Amino acid sequence: MTLHIVKKEYIRSETPSLSHVKDSSTRVQNGSVTMKNQEVVGFNGDEAVAYAVKQSDVNVIAAYPITPQTIIVERLSEYVADGDIDSEFVCVESEHSALSACIGASLTGARVFTATASQGLALMHEVLYATSGLRCPIVMAVVNRALSAPINIHNDRSDMMGSRDCGWVQIYAENSQEVYDWIIQAFRISEHQNIQLPIAVNLDGFVISHSMENVYVLPNKDVKKFLPPRKTRYKIDPTHPISFGGLFLQDYYYELKRQQEEALRQTSKILDQVGKEYYKISGREYGSLEVCGMEDADVAILCMGSTAGTVRSVLRKLRADGKKVGLIKLWLYRPFPIDELFSVIENLKALVVMDMALSFGAPFGALCSDVASILQIKKKDLKIFNVIYGLGGRDITPSEIEDIFNDALEIAKTGIVKDYVKFVGVRE
Amino acid sequence: MVISLKELTTKELLAPGHRLCAGCGPSIATRMALKAARGPLVVTNATGCVEVSTTIFPYTAWRIPWIHSLFENAAATAAGIEAGFKALGKRKNTKNHIDIIALGGDGGTFDIGIQALSGALERGHDFVYICYDNEAYMNTGIQRSGATPRGASTTTSPAGEIIPGKRGLKKDFIGICVAHQIEYAATASIGFPNDYITKVRKALEVNGPAVIHVLAPCPLGWRADPINTVKLAKLAVQTTVFPIYEVEDGKYKLNIRIKKPIEVEEYLKLQGRFRHIFNPKFRDVLEAIKQDITTNWERILRLCNVNP
Ligand SMILES: Cc1ncc(C[n+]2csc(CCOP(=O)(O)OP(=O)(O)O)c2C)c(N)n1
Repeated sequence: MTLHIVKKEYIRSETPSLSHVKDSSTRVQNGSVTMKNQEVVGFNGDEAVAYAVKQSDVNVIAAYPITPQTIIVERLSEYVADGDIDSEFVCVESEHSALSACIGASLTGARVFTATASQGLALMHEVLYATSGLRCPIVMAVVNRALSAPINIHNDRSDMMGSRDCGWVQIYAENSQEVYDWIIQAFRISEHQNIQLPIAVNLDGFVISHSMENVYVLPNKDVKKFLPPRKTRYKIDPTHPISFGGLFLQDYYYELKRQQEEALRQTSKILDQVGKEYYKISGREYGSLEVCGMEDADVAILCMGSTAGTVRSVLRKLRADGKKVGLIKLWLYRPFPIDELFSVIENLKALVVMDMALSFGAPFGALCSDVASILQIKKKDLKIFNVIYGLGGRDITPSEIEDIFNDALEIAKTGIVKDYVKFVGVRE
Repeated sequence: MVISLKELTTKELLAPGHRLCAGCGPSIATRMALKAARGPLVVTNATGCVEVSTTIFPYTAWRIPWIHSLFENAAATAAGIEAGFKALGKRKNTKNHIDIIALGGDGGTFDIGIQALSGALERGHDFVYICYDNEAYMNTGIQRSGATPRGASTTTSPAGEIIPGKRGLKKDFIGICVAHQIEYAATASIGFPNDYITKVRKALEVNGPAVIHVLAPCPLGWRADPINTVKLAKLAVQTTVFPIYEVEDGKYKLNIRIKKPIEVEEYLKLQGRFRHIFNPKFRDVLEAIKQDITTNWERILRLCNVNP
């Protein structure tokens, strides 16, 4: 099996690569730049979500507002109010009902979307499991935010990490462009007949959700072709009545869960297939993970989401100084891309795993626990340490990242790990 | 409007062979509700006895599409189903209307599901919510709910040496629903099938949300003989413990007049859950129960503009 690994060069190219677009001449139009058939629009992450949903021909949206996700529901409400989309918008009274309504809608055969954050995701907790257990293909944007108490509206990933075992496919985007691209792909993956599982597309609160960026958007017709209306045999149909969600006892429950796990594990394969097709229409390449400098790196940082952007810029600087550092950015957190990860860490001497959430009392943050446990299988000699950072929206700075890289380089040299868990950026 | 027996479907949409108890009131309530079907329909069920006992995999008693996911979300699920039908109908121009019934016990309705129900009623989704009321959480072993009447002994409101069963009143559930200004809300009892089935049909005809609150005794939870399920459902009405009325566009109408109420003791004595209140030391509880019943009955008569 050949593994699909997306590589990003650390030597910066000046223009965004749109190699497949024959005529890349640009013209300024209404303040936006049109590139052949892709328009460049200024979107923050939330707006990118809403726009992707608009283009994805979603039938039902059920959502409840929460900072920093609110812009998504506001934009979608406007699209509906203006008749830009003919989706049904169920403006529910709680996140619990939002996802419950999504289950009902999904079982009619509709294409369904919702979005939430933080407390909203926590309130949905039991519904998350019901959604995946009922194999409802629903796409949800999770705008990652810290959990109460104390209340804090800013970015960390305690929300999704607290629900990581809910059976959903979990994707983390680095910027608004990725958010846009992932939402569209997520519907295809989620609704694939072998998958039929819900997908959470995560974006960092404020850092992505409220930062304006240039986003290349596809023409409507391209998205329409890429994403035909949902088809499913398993839906409410009076001529073929199905009972959804009955009682499964000791004699069947386990088999059902085993099947669910199998479907989830198949997702990486389907995600790669869908990614290839998406590349053809967009010129942007996606997969389970993206690497930078991993061909000859001695040490690397493994992280997700917007943090990767900061790490990459530090990496470029250190590379210019001749330091052999690398970056592994996970797009896909569940199912965990085990083989893909192994394939890029073969010659590595030290690895830093960055968690933007605490797993109280656990040996490591959740992401690092996953990595540490699989290293045990194949690569026991790799030195690893965990960085906890960014709680409650605390910024992680380039100089902190540089220190982390330097710590890793030191460990690569000496082979000695002093602190297995480092709390970076906190006053102690 | 009264639908005649001839109009009812002869089809058993709830197949026999389910695992609900002998003499189960909610099973009768469910079967009768389905008799009111006027065409294709889907049921979304809250967690509870009916849900658990009709669908033990690989079997199902449901001959119509049926959905269960959680305890407190039947109304929200119904809202989503309606939205899905609407959205898909918009695109395909399908004329095939499918009725939606959300079905929940009193726990799933009065207590944990009241928020989802309130939201769905306020938003005006076209569905019928049926609450089968057996006056406690029966599925988990007879715990008190907001529908448990004063004095009833349950496993979480046990009749003890000092505390004589549940304290406080049953919620005015229909009042809560009516406050949402919905077109139709009604009470019913499985002891009066014609009235009940007619009301379910009427509720289905409504373009928007409608609510039916049907009394469905649970012999196990009420500590009663299973042979007495229907008798108890009738007695509850004849003693004025459970008034039967409907509210159309805010207008209350009494459907079953009780000129000479049967003594409430006749109803209470058939149920072990009230045994303790016949102990002389809890005399005041019996009196309080009687007072609750009279006050409520008079309130309903007033609302229905009926002279006692
Ligand atoms: C969130 C949640 N809390 C608690 C339960 C446990 N539970 C399942 S059914 C039930 C009681 C149901 O009572 P009711 O709605 O009156 O229906 P009945 O059992 O009487 O049919 C409870 C407490 C649950 N399934 N989900």
